[in-house]
Amino acid sequence: MHFLDEVDAASLRTGIPDFRPGDNVKVHVRVVEGSRSRIQIFQGVVIRRHGGGLRETFTVRKVSFGTGVERTFPLHSPIVELIELVSRGDVRRAKLYYLRDLRGKKAKIKELRDNV
Amino acid sequence: MAINKKGILGEKLGMTQVWDENNRVVPVTVVKAGPCVVTQVRTPENDGYSGVQIAFGQIDPRKVTQPMLGHFAKAGVTPRRHLLELRFDDASDYALGQELGADTFEAGSNIDVTGVTKGKGFAGTMKRHGFSGVSASHGAHKNHRKPGSIGACATPGRVFKGVRMSGRMGGITQTTQNLKVHAVDTEKGLILVKGAIPGPAGSVVLLRSAAKGA
Repeated sequence: MHFLDEVDAASLRTGIPDFRPGDNVKVHVRVVEGSRSRIQIFQGVVIRRHGGGLRETFTVRKVSFGTGVERTFPLHSPIVELIELVSRGDVRRAKLYYLRDLRGKKAKIKELRDNV
Repeated sequence: MAINKKGILGEKLGMTQVWDENNRVVPVTVVKAGPCVVTQVRTPENDGYSGVQIAFGQIDPRKVTQPMLGHFAKAGVTPRRHLLELRFDDASDYALGQELGADTFEAGSNIDVTGVTKGKGFAGTMKRHGFSGVSASHGAHKNHRKPGSIGACATPGRVFKGVRMSGRMGGITQTTQNLKVHAVDTEKGLILVKGAIPGPAGSVVLLRSAAKGA
């Protein structure tokens, strides 16, 4: 669909950090309440990146008060104010669905160190 | 009779998505609208009705017949591939040779889009008419996608005309009504229509003001 690239280009955003599944990210989400809008931070592990181009999405999983919470964001959505990379994870898979069945220490992802 | 205020021919480019002012995803079809030219204006005095003939698309001038060359020369325009007449209540706003572009429609207006649907070939009743087919199990044997009964027995002793059966599907002219124009890019000549429109990418489509109100 290369002929639509120029249409898509207007909606694409820049300044997205290079993150991949297993990384711990802080997603700054713009929340609109009536006329006011504020920023809410959703921090967790990226368990997948799906699709490509303008339609790419990513899913962040966190455990909140013992309950697993997953949120999927369109990568280029205007409601995502900022994606902050907290730490890189050492994983061997592109989709980390196995984390859903694990809890506690087993659900922990080893941090990726560059100079080891 | 089509009593539409505006119309333009264009090429369907394909679908993508954009975000609206509430940051919600809107699926849009991108249409490269025009440039079209007015090749004939029908008036009640001359023709007994009002309407406009518009032309669209490039064509090799050697392929155009002499009568058609004369017709285009009369309007003072280069030959085009597609010709189409739209009937209007009042066509006095249009002038011979006038150019129509994407700015014909403004964002937020409702339009009808006409195109030729994708051909599906010879299709069975399940795909063509949405029949339920036959059970996958419970003793069903080699009849999973069959239509079932097509009528009664000795009375009437024949199959009624118009009973829905297998056959050629798609490749017909279809109009999708009341689609919203999401945005117009006059510079590139693009119209972004919310939702899907008939036909494959690259096909010629007709965009008209919506026939049905609201």
